[in-house]
Amino acid sequence: MQAEERLTLETLPADPEKATLEGKNKFLGFWLFLGGETVLFASLFGTYLALKNSTNGGPTTQELFELPIVFAATMLLLTSSLTSVYAMYHMKNLKFKQMQLWLIVTVLLGAAFLGLEIYEFHHYVTHFKHTIKSSAFGSAFYTLVGTHGAHVAFGLLWISALILRNAKRGLTLYNAPKYYVASLYWHFIDVVWVFIFTVVYLMGMVG
Amino acid sequence: MSSVAKKKSVLWDYLTTVDHKKIAILYLVAGGLFFVAGGIEALFIRFQLAVPNNDFLVGDAYNQVLTMHGTTMIFLAAMPLIFAFLNAVVPLQIGARDVAFPYINALGFWLFFFGGVFLNCSWFLGGAPDAGWTSYASLTLASQTHGVDFYILGLQISGIGTLIGGINFLVTIINMRAPGMTYMRMPMFTWTAFVVSALILFAFPPLTVGLALLMLDRLFGTAFFDPALGGNTIIWEHLFWIFGHPEVYILVLPAFGIFSEVFATFSKKRLFGYSSMVFATVLIGFLGFMVWAHHMFTVGMGPIANAIFAVATMAIAVPTGIKIFNWLFTMWGGNIRFTTAMLYAVAFIPSFVMGGVTGVQLASAPADYQFHDSYFVVAHFHYVIVGGVVFGLFAGAHYYWPLMFNRILDETLGKITFWLFFIGFHLTFFIQHFLGLFGMPRRYFTYLPGQGLETGNLISSVGAAFMALATIVLLVNVVKTAVSGKAAGRDPWDARTLEWAVEAPTPEYNFKQLPFVRGLDPLWIEKMEGRKEMTPAEPVGDIHMPNSSFLPFTTSLGLFIAAFGAMYMEGGKETEWLIVAFIGLAITFGSMLLRSVIDDHGYHIHKEDLDGDDKGVTA
Amino acid sequence: MASKQPEIANSKVNIEYRRKKNAEDMKHQVISFALMIFLTLIAFLAVMYPKTFDPLFTVPFIILLAVVQVIFQLYYFMHMSHKGHEAPALFLYAGIAVGFLTILTFMLLMWW
Repeated sequence: MQAEERLTLETLPADPEKATLEGKNKFLGFWLFLGGETVLFASLFGTYLALKNSTNGGPTTQELFELPIVFAATMLLLTSSLTSVYAMYHMKNLKFKQMQLWLIVTVLLGAAFLGLEIYEFHHYVTHFKHTIKSSAFGSAFYTLVGTHGAHVAFGLLWISALILRNAKRGLTLYNAPKYYVASLYWHFIDVVWVFIFTVVYLMGMVG
Repeated sequence: MSSVAKKKSVLWDYLTTVDHKKIAILYLVAGGLFFVAGGIEALFIRFQLAVPNNDFLVGDAYNQVLTMHGTTMIFLAAMPLIFAFLNAVVPLQIGARDVAFPYINALGFWLFFFGGVFLNCSWFLGGAPDAGWTSYASLTLASQTHGVDFYILGLQISGIGTLIGGINFLVTIINMRAPGMTYMRMPMFTWTAFVVSALILFAFPPLTVGLALLMLDRLFGTAFFDPALGGNTIIWEHLFWIFGHPEVYILVLPAFGIFSEVFATFSKKRLFGYSSMVFATVLIGFLGFMVWAHHMFTVGMGPIANAIFAVATMAIAVPTGIKIFNWLFTMWGGNIRFTTAMLYAVAFIPSFVMGGVTGVQLASAPADYQFHDSYFVVAHFHYVIVGGVVFGLFAGAHYYWPLMFNRILDETLGKITFWLFFIGFHLTFFIQHFLGLFGMPRRYFTYLPGQGLETGNLISSVGAAFMALATIVLLVNVVKTAVSGKAAGRDPWDARTLEWAVEAPTPEYNFKQLPFVRGLDPLWIEKMEGRKEMTPAEPVGDIHMPNSSFLPFTTSLGLFIAAFGAMYMEGGKETEWLIVAFIGLAITFGSMLLRSVIDDHGYHIHKEDLDGDDKGVTA
Repeated sequence: MASKQPEIANSKVNIEYRRKKNAEDMKHQVISFALMIFLTLIAFLAVMYPKTFDPLFTVPFIILLAVVQVIFQLYYFMHMSHKGHEAPALFLYAGIAVGFLTILTFMLLMWW
């Protein structure tokens, strides 16, 4: 069987993402990449923790953050993580339509999260004059949260491209690993967000 | 190598290749060119310092040459030359037909290449970076020209290339070993490649972040390192050295791997204490992440932190010592052949040990307050990097030349190179220990007469000339070998490991049939049982190959263009340059999109088309 | 190499069994999702009503909640509990170790 053939119930392996050598490599390589990303975000977290009180006379974390909007964003992203799990569940059962559908839901939730983040940043800039240039705290805050936001934006483009590219082809051993690593990426974004809302926002409110 | 750019088709072949053997040659050529550039910069430095009050390179000009010497040698010469050997050897050593991600492997090369070219463009566009290879933030932010921006963006681009290259080798080694090639049967060089790739994976992200923060501060007016707005320059120092210390192990471990192969082959013995060598390699990699702050003893972290990092640093002497003794015992009682590669390996031991001894001296924090920023430090790190890494690369070049080019480098010229280089190296750097102890500070462009520094500096400069001569002889050797060398054939050194089991020249698919590995030094095992070739692990069949692609080149070119735009756009005020930045990014992301949407299933070489007769397993 | 046969011989029976197993997995994932939402709620509540807890308690407490939540995410959503994840786990934990050391440094070894 060729990797590019559409999978049927007869040919569907238990782990379609790891059934070819290319798939195995992609799976492992992407996990390793996530290991590197862990260090990348840790460096940004460390920088933020070192600089979070250097407000240069500008607003402090307590004055700035509003928890309801952060809570809403958190719920959106956590739910999008669940919907991408649903998508992978349907992939393993070869229900391609459902998989695509759940991924579309994931993208919509992610887009809503990103919208909230843009609104939040806009709010800080217009109401508090809190910009990336105004203080070391501002630089560290926007860089950490913004890097996460950029990851979300990239994930949205990536998953959308996958959905569109494969809309007519169905699941194959060639694209199954691509879907799988995209969902891993999406979960990882969620993992990072869990630490952002805890370390940046919640700890920022505690002081 | 000599045939590059002779014909259009060859050029196109190398621009689009995803074959790890050709990428190895690309790395070797590009790294070699940057090595020569960095060497010329070193000669300029030694020329300026040969006599007191010299005015050849004064002030900022000296700073630029000094900065570019360090940056070029570490990032653009040593790293790619190591990647050249990783690419040339590792897939063959583990009995694989290819690397795990051939496309990403090519992308890694082109990112490195364009990053390096970008950095060197600075010479012609207003001046090179002048803040030292460590580019401490307080110096970087105060720098007047765009030089340091070239440093920031150039290293960012080439750093991404190195990172993805590291991931490629990790996956290759974990997933693609031949049947029977267990972890504890992997050759030492592959083990070092494995550990080094893991170090790259975890060490480069802090550099990426550090460079990104510097870029934001320099080009977009943020305040990470600006104390006036609450920033802190120590953040850069930590980020840089969290990367920078593992980086020196990234450089030296593959050299250790090459030496391990050379010692075993030319002593006709299996490597002494193989498992302890593996253990020591992993331990060095592990400890490499715990010691970075020994570069910052004088920053003022406090006695507790200094003590912890001092002890951790000294601990590294233990696994390194294990390795040194294992190499000595490998030679002990062996049937030693003093080829050029072996000469480098033998000379490496005392040279590197000297660097290690001064390393332990420097690791003692109170003493470091005296040594810090003096020529003692310069002597120390040149002893480990030249005595360790460069000797390793030269040994590797002579040892693996037949594998890469099917030619043996001329041994007479090779030995002349060795002796010139060996003498020149010690002449240059040994005296620098004493210059440091006499009080000569590092990075100063001149010194005064009558302070006891003249003779030492002159000796050091004479030594540099010896090394330059050695490099010229090596280049002559390369040309001579390319022009009039005879085919080396398979296994010219009577070696032990799998890479020598392939046909010469190595076919694009490496192994016609994957070999069956029956123990450590698999080729030697077969030879001892009277066979010339490996036992096959599979019948002859169609071989799947990846398609070549031009997209790695365009992806990297896009970043190269975007970096110019980002540098000159003055935070977005210069609209034309802003447009250039967006065009560059569009090229990069467009190439990535094309790669995503165009299916690439590769192609098959049918078994009827495979070269050679059927009984050979080695093809 | 791209076109290796799938390792498991497939049949309708096999797929029925696997579907049941997948459904089981999915149930675990929904449960862990519910727990994650629950943990998030507790963390937000602990901060929103500061009088309930001392900050000295709150900070380590919410960090612990985050760690637990991430473990759910990694082991259930990202399937690290399944076999074949030894190498990913090794490298992820190595990354976490390096990252932890980095953060510790930035909190302890920065002077002003």
